[in-house]
Amino acid sequence: MSIVVENLTKKYGTQKAVNNISFKVETGEIVGFLGPNGAGKTTTMKIITCFMAPSEGDVKVSGHSVLEKQNEIKRLIGYLPENNPLYYDMPVLDYLQFVAELQGVRRDKIPLRIAEMVKVCGLNKEKHKIIGELSKGYKQRVGLAQALIHDPEILILDEPTTGLDPNQIVEIRKLIREIGKEKTVILSTHILPEVEAISDRILIINNGEIVADGSPEMLRKQSHGQEVLQVQIADYSSKDELITALQSIETVGMVDPIEGVDDTFILNSKDGLSSSRNVFNLCVEKKWVLTQMTPIETKLEDIFRELTTN
Amino acid sequence: MKTTWIIAKRELKSFFDSLIAYILLIVFLGLSGFFTWLFGSDVFFIGQATLSPFFSIAYWTLFFFIPALTMKMLAEEKRSGTIELLLTKSVTDWQVVTGKFLACLILIAIALVLTLPYYFTVWGIGPVDHGAVLTGYFGMLLMSMTFISIGLFASSITNNQIVAFLLSLFVGVFFLIIFDILANNFTGYLGGLFNYLSLSYHYDSVSRGVIDTRNIFYFLSITFFGLFLAESVLSKRNIVE
Repeated sequence: MSIVVENLTKKYGTQKAVNNISFKVETGEIVGFLGPNGAGKTTTMKIITCFMAPSEGDVKVSGHSVLEKQNEIKRLIGYLPENNPLYYDMPVLDYLQFVAELQGVRRDKIPLRIAEMVKVCGLNKEKHKIIGELSKGYKQRVGLAQALIHDPEILILDEPTTGLDPNQIVEIRKLIREIGKEKTVILSTHILPEVEAISDRILIINNGEIVADGSPEMLRKQSHGQEVLQVQIADYSSKDELITALQSIETVGMVDPIEGVDDTFILNSKDGLSSSRNVFNLCVEKKWVLTQMTPIETKLEDIFRELTTN
Repeated sequence: MKTTWIIAKRELKSFFDSLIAYILLIVFLGLSGFFTWLFGSDVFFIGQATLSPFFSIAYWTLFFFIPALTMKMLAEEKRSGTIELLLTKSVTDWQVVTGKFLACLILIAIALVLTLPYYFTVWGIGPVDHGAVLTGYFGMLLMSMTFISIGLFASSITNNQIVAFLLSLFVGVFFLIIFDILANNFTGYLGGLFNYLSLSYHYDSVSRGVIDTRNIFYFLSITFFGLFLAESVLSKRNIVE
């Protein structure tokens, strides 16, 4: 169940909330959508969930276009909107029943699904209450339960942890990670550690444009305060020799080949040390051609701040 | 159709879970009973076994009650944001609008069914024109459909319930009174047009016992038009500029 966003643009009047963005989310990925307030995260999500039509471009969910096959897409997606709007006058169980019926869960499966959601989301104690009487954390769980009730392949969560206390945040994160093992998840937030804790991949969006796209693995390393270099080397004889040689430089901590880009590596220096001279000298000594050496920002917060302030 | 019914069921349940349904039923029965039996030109005053006092009072009671029912339907969902949750489920805008319409209509139908004892009691007093009663109820239902659709439209364009209420009364007054007055003040083509637009003109002919397809077409077309407008306003978010 992949999501393909193609040249998506959304205008509100003359203002462009989302400006020509494209990205792809593969099955089973947990993608964190990061950005300052008003960056276009929510708008993008509203378009993927078929709440709004795009001004230009298209989104394909599992091959269906949001411009044509809205009903098919809506069934594939479980959505938790920002601020978690719910019918406050309904009892929890009635509400879940209502959503299950709407999403076309088979009549005989509904009680089973509801029981499972109550269990998974930890609603057992509160299930007979009216939603309006629940605490914020429990409302959030009801929001998650209604998103998951029809066992969707894709889960889209808009700021799922806002307003929760630290314990609840940890629990909700755990829940999302659990769910994310089998499903495609997109979640938005502007809390940096949260994205790191949950996602496989981070998309940073600012002023309606994607400014960064990468795994938190990479970003977490950078956040430790090491020097990180992106190095591209040409004219070497064997790749193994190259990696071994780079690895044996005493200031280098780890060498990571970048997938999909030839001859390019991410070099993490050991704490407080710089490897740029050593890499250069190594290349000179071995007669390799150093075609690129770019220092990469050292902290996730720094990267975020640099990318999102002009 | 199934989805429409699921939405209607939820709305009906919320009517009966809150006090709305009970207040409506009690006040409606109380008011119409009071004026049918006890006060004004009631059955005993005019000395005929007829339900026409009931129909004329029910006509006005519904005129005020229906906007009170419909005002929160879409306005409240828009204000609280639940509309987003609803419309990202596998439903269409049209199903949402018609589901809510159906719920209101069923509640009104329940209120009308509960007035059937009036009919049987009047029947006990003397000979009743059964045809007129039947068409009277039929006219009530048609009129309610029209008002509900106007109310839903009013509710769709604002997220303030009071505005929705007043707006649907305002539009309702045009159909109930103002077009009628205008029709009397114009002759020729314009007069005919206003006469055709006037709801009371069509209602009168239905409740008199004459069921003409022209009248039915009038009620159904206004109902459809109101629902269509409400759906269009909901779908406005999709407009690509």
